[in-house]
Parts: sequence; structure tokens; C-alpha cells
Amino acid sequence: MPILSAVNLRTHFHTRHGVVRAVDGVSLSVEQNEIVGIVGESGCGKTVLCQSIMGLIPVPPAHVSYDKMSLDGEPLHTADERAMRAIRGNHMTMIFQDPMTALNPYMRISDQIAEPLRIHRGTRRADALPKALDALKAVGIPQPESRIRQYPHEFSGGMRQRVCIAMALITEPKLLFADEPTTALDVTVQAQILALLKELQARYGVAIVFVTHDFGVVAGLCDRVMVMYAGKVVESAPTAALFARPEHPYTEALLRALPARAARGQGLRTIAGQPPDLARQIDGCAFAPRCEYATPECTSVEMKLSACGSGHTTACLRMQKGEIGELGNRGAE
Amino acid sequence: MPDTYLDKGTSLWQDAMRRFVRNRLAIFSCAFLAALVVLAVLAPLFAPYSYAEQDLALGAAGPSVRHWLGTDILGRDLFTRILYGGRVSLMVGLCATAVALLIGVTYGAVSGYAGGRLDTVMMRFVDGMFAFPFTIFVIILMVFFERSLLLLFTAIGCVEWLTLARIVRGQVRSLRRQEFIEAAICLGLPRRRIIFRHVIPNVLGPVIVYATLTIPAVMLLEAFLSFLGLGVQPPMSSWGLLIKEGAEAMEAYPWLLIFPGMALSATLFCLNFVGDGLRDALDPKAAKD
Repeated sequence: MPILSAVNLRTHFHTRHGVVRAVDGVSLSVEQNEIVGIVGESGCGKTVLCQSIMGLIPVPPAHVSYDKMSLDGEPLHTADERAMRAIRGNHMTMIFQDPMTALNPYMRISDQIAEPLRIHRGTRRADALPKALDALKAVGIPQPESRIRQYPHEFSGGMRQRVCIAMALITEPKLLFADEPTTALDVTVQAQILALLKELQARYGVAIVFVTHDFGVVAGLCDRVMVMYAGKVVESAPTAALFARPEHPYTEALLRALPARAARGQGLRTIAGQPPDLARQIDGCAFAPRCEYATPECTSVEMKLSACGSGHTTACLRMQKGEIGELGNRGAE
Repeated sequence: MPDTYLDKGTSLWQDAMRRFVRNRLAIFSCAFLAALVVLAVLAPLFAPYSYAEQDLALGAAGPSVRHWLGTDILGRDLFTRILYGGRVSLMVGLCATAVALLIGVTYGAVSGYAGGRLDTVMMRFVDGMFAFPFTIFVIILMVFFERSLLLLFTAIGCVEWLTLARIVRGQVRSLRRQEFIEAAICLGLPRRRIIFRHVIPNVLGPVIVYATLTIPAVMLLEAFLSFLGLGVQPPMSSWGLLIKEGAEAMEAYPWLLIFPGMALSATLFCLNFVGDGLRDALDPKAAKD
């Protein structure tokens, strides 16, 4: 049974410029012990997807709907603020992109880490503090006994992200949303945080939804990847399969744009054009205007995910019909 | 060194405190105010006379060995009256500011945090209150209820919280977008806990600065009300009242105006210096060293 199951999730914002379909019919299922990567460019709806499931999107002005949503078998009502409050930070939680602003500057680290325990388990401060210390040890902060009495500004960015992780995992939640948690960190620290997440995931068995736009991170960390474009999932596959044999032209283009795949002496490859304006009604495939394989049919037939291999789904019409051959391994030519 | 540094964290408050202590003018002002408060509180011990004790035969006399700052028309010792007046003025300043802080910070934080329609309604109410003529409000209060110091605190506090609410609301609006507030929501904290534990401590810096500048404003207001005869009633006195009496007798007995005026302006100066010092110390952009 999956830890998280969301079917046909839609998050629409009603703005003056029309209805912005930030998340448009996304289904997400996460198994226990699994790390699912969500990849896509800025504004494709990755973050809104996570926030919608956490019930963090203010309704109205947003409009969130889904056919089915459950966490560990229990139905999840994201609109029920009181119920969600008891679940957030307890059974599912989130860590953020910028650790520099994710901690309250006026509170000691000890009290911040202990706070979820005190709220959700009613643990008294004196009992919660030793647990906070254990959590700080578990995320690999040196000299935790003295560090725990300090304030956030006395920590470096990487250290703060470790504190955020300790705070998120202290209640041993079932699901952790990691919203680009390494984007604001430098590369060496980034590797440490990823290793830490992987280690903690193995130890506590927490399922992780990892939002990123970095394929390198995905390759090293995730079991499965979902590629999002314009509020929709365009491809979903086990990580190895996605890298070996992308089944959507957008994924192919993203992979080809990786600097590591660029040939020596040639410029880096990019994807021409701009992502679509989500406030406009999009007919057919949203990627079609930028796609080198697009045919007139692509802009008229509605996009649908369908299986194209073991655990591998694609939304590309022409791939589904078998009109395009193998993608993906032509980048280095 | 690193070990002692690690021993116990230094909060941002402690950092600010260090910067504040280095500001000599502010520290001097603090010392002056502290001395004044002690003198005023312990006035019955220090004062050479009782504040109502008259010496009609003496009448208004200039400063002398017996009466350091002279006497007023009724022969009452001016030094004593300034001490007792300071009690009232300082108490009004502190209490009314406390009332304003309590209402203003809570109101502003709730309004700013809630946002949306509630925020609009709450802020329009503040705008409405701003438009309300304060003097008339106090006169109405004083006419309908018995004149008392408590009423004076409430009346002044009721006016001064408006600006505070606006300041706090603005700060909270920008704070609400910070990730640690979002993180607190993600951790499932109840709204009240978020407001009181995470939001308010983070807006206290500018609030404290504003509060130190509110105290002198409140003291001036009290002086103004007493000047109009709406504040403290004789034979009790406040600095405002003393200045009023002094102003009436200015030409014949200038010391009656000069000394209470000096007491009030010295206090106001000091409070402003303290406020400036606090603002510099609490400025988040100030380099941490």
C-alpha cells in the first residue's frame, strides 16, 4: 500500500488574468522507503503540487480538487485545516530551499527542534530537549551538546539545513517533502546533505518526495522520477530507465541540456522557446510549441499518460504511437 | 576562545545589548532616567516637604537654601512638587505606553498574519479611529466617568496603539512570507502559537524603538491634557500641570516655568537618545561582530 496516494490533483488559481492551472491533473503515488524525484523547470508546478498535498495553499483564492487523496491509507482532506494541522509536522512534513530563512532567528536551536514534539506529542520541554539533542546528533552536527544552545545565526547554511532536517524528522513522519533543499547550498555541502537524507531515509524508512531541477541530484538519490511540464506530468519512470531511455521529448531535451553531456568544443544545448502561460487554455500537448517532433495533431489531441514500459509512463502522443524511435542517447554526438 | 564561544549561544538580543552598551549617550540617558525614576518613586523619602504643604506667608520665592528650586504662589516647595509631578508623568508615560503596546502589538500581529478580508476590516477600523478627534474623545470620557489616573492611561493608550498596530501589521506582512513561518505551518503549529512565539518576537525590535519614542509623546499628551485642565487635578501635580501654572506666572516668577520645563525636556531628550540607541543596536543590517 502506498504511503501517499493522490489521484488527479488540480490546483487552480483564480486571478485577474484568468485561471492559472498551476497543477493540472497530477497523480502521485509514493511507496514506503521510496524517494520520488519531481523534476521540471521553474514554474512547472512542482512546489505547488507539494504545497497542495500539505494543505498549505490558501483556498480561496486557489481551488484545490482531487479524486482521491490518502496518507498511509487514511483519507486526507486538505481543506480541513484543523485535521491537517494535526497531520502536518507529525505524519508528513516539509523542508525548504533556503535554510538561511527557514529557522526563527530569535529561538534557540533546541527549542525549535523540540517544538513539533511538544505540539504533536504533548511532550514536556524537559523531556523533549534530550530528544532534540539525539536528533541533532543524528544529522551529524559536531559538538551537539553546545551547539543545541545556540541560535540559527551561529550556524552555516549547511548546518541550518541539517537542523531543519532534524526538526522535520523528530516526530518520525511517514512522508517528507523536500522542496529543492540543496539549491541554496554549495556543491560540497549539497553532496553531504543528499548523503544525509539517504542515510536517514534508510534508518527511519521515511518516504521522500524530492523536488528539484537538478538531474544530477535525481540520479544520485531518487528511486523514481516524475518529469513535470506546465502543471502536468509528462513522464514518470524508475530513475535508471529514465536516464537510459527517456520516453518524452521534453525529458530528452532536459537530459541533452546537462552540461556533463555536452561535447567538448561545442556550446551548451538549451531548449528553445519559453514555457507556456498557464493562464491560457492549452490545447493538446503543452510542450508541442518547443518540441522538434511536434505534428499538428500534437496541439489538438488531449495529453494522456500511458504506459510504455515497466513502471514507465509517457504523455507524448507520438511516442505512444511508436512514431518516433529511440530518444535520448544522441546528446553526445 | 572558541570553546567559551560555543558554550552558550548568543542570541540576537544579546548582540544588540552589546552594541547598545557601547553607545555612551544612550547609557548616560538610561542612568539619568533610572535616577529620575528612583527619585520619583521614593519621593516621600527624598522630598523635603509635603507636596500640599503651603507657606502662604512666604508666597512665591526664588531658589534659596531652604527651597532649592523656590516656591510657588502658595508657598509650596517646587522641588517637592517636581518630584511628585514626575511620579505622575512617568507613570502615565509608562502605563499608557504599556497599554498601547499590549493592544497595538496583538491587534497588528493578528491583522497582519490573518491577511485578506479580516485584515482589511481591522485596518479600516484603525483608519476610522485615526480620524476620530482625540481631545473630544478624552473630554467625553472625563465628563461621563470620574476623573482618574486610570482613565487617563486608558484614554491615552487607546489613541497611541493605533500607530503601533500599523507598524506591527506592516512588519508582520513581510514576515509572513519568510520561510520559517511557512516551516512553522508545515510543522502543524497552531496559529496562536505561531503568532506569539514566532511572529511577535521577530517584530519586537522596531516595536521597542517605537515604544521608547511613544513614552515622551504620551508624557507630552498628558502635559497637554493637564494644561487644558483635563488631566491631573490639584493639589496633585504633574509636570504638565506645573508647566501650566508656571506659564501663567511666567513674567513674575520665571523659575516656576523654567524648572518643571527643564525636568520634562531633559526626560524627553533622554528617552529619545535611548530610542535612537536602541534603533542602532537593533538594526538588523548592523554588522555582527
